[in-house]
Amino acid sequence: MKTAGALASGLLFGLGLAISGMVDPAVVLGFLDFGGLADGTWNPALAGVMGGAIPVAFVLYRLAGSRVPPPSRVIDGRLIIGAALFGLGWGAAGLCPGPALEGWVANPRALLFVFPMLAGFAVTTRVIGRATGARS
Amino acid sequence: MLHAFLLGLAGGVLIGAAAGLFMLTTGRIAGVSGIAAELTGHWPPRWPQNLAFLLGLPGGLLLWRAISGAAVPVHLPGPGLLLIAAGLLVGVGTRLANGCTSGHGVCGLARLSPRSVAATATFMAVAVLVVAVRRIAG
Repeated sequence: MKTAGALASGLLFGLGLAISGMVDPAVVLGFLDFGGLADGTWNPALAGVMGGAIPVAFVLYRLAGSRVPPPSRVIDGRLIIGAALFGLGWGAAGLCPGPALEGWVANPRALLFVFPMLAGFAVTTRVIGRATGARS
Repeated sequence: MLHAFLLGLAGGVLIGAAAGLFMLTTGRIAGVSGIAAELTGHWPPRWPQNLAFLLGLPGGLLLWRAISGAAVPVHLPGPGLLLIAAGLLVGVGTRLANGCTSGHGVCGLARLSPRSVAATATFMAVAVLVVAVRRIAG
């Protein structure tokens, strides 16, 4: 049941990324490029995605009630450094994890991004796991 | 420009619905980097859910291609080395920050999480800066 729910969620998520153009790095970079406002090439699709996704998720999370884990308030160096490194990679390639793990099916060259990303996940998880273990 | 915004809005509604459905069926946050990262460590009991979600993503693209009857473009920039370096940065960064555009940007903001607001503001600002520098550098 949970596996079926996860598959349906992944399909819906993937459909949303495809319809919105988020699966195409050119569309994402077109949003991030505010210089494009001057020459008329700015692409507002990502703003539409956030404007559509956040209110819908907000309402559904309200329906889910106590099943939604309470948000953490910890804002530390690790969070900000991690987000900054992510922003560097996202701004350079126009790819974040969802579109990368979807787009390879249309353009297998995306795997050049996917495999290093998975390696980054694995290495970081191991290093952090060790650091956490040492601290506790 | 309005067309792109409306397609974004329509896709966004589906993404928000997907995040809600994932919560209602599995009780979890639909953070793609976290879901994928679990599969690179010890395979936990919930690996079938993770694998099912991650198979759904390319399935969604194929579904949209079938419905629309048009190719779904995926324009990848630059040389392969850029993609490799960017992939590494995204992999390490999203694990340090415990989330990406989906986990922090969509789900976290929908949970009104201060942590996710800080993360989203940071990665958006840095990404906009990277693109601006590349535009100026030509």
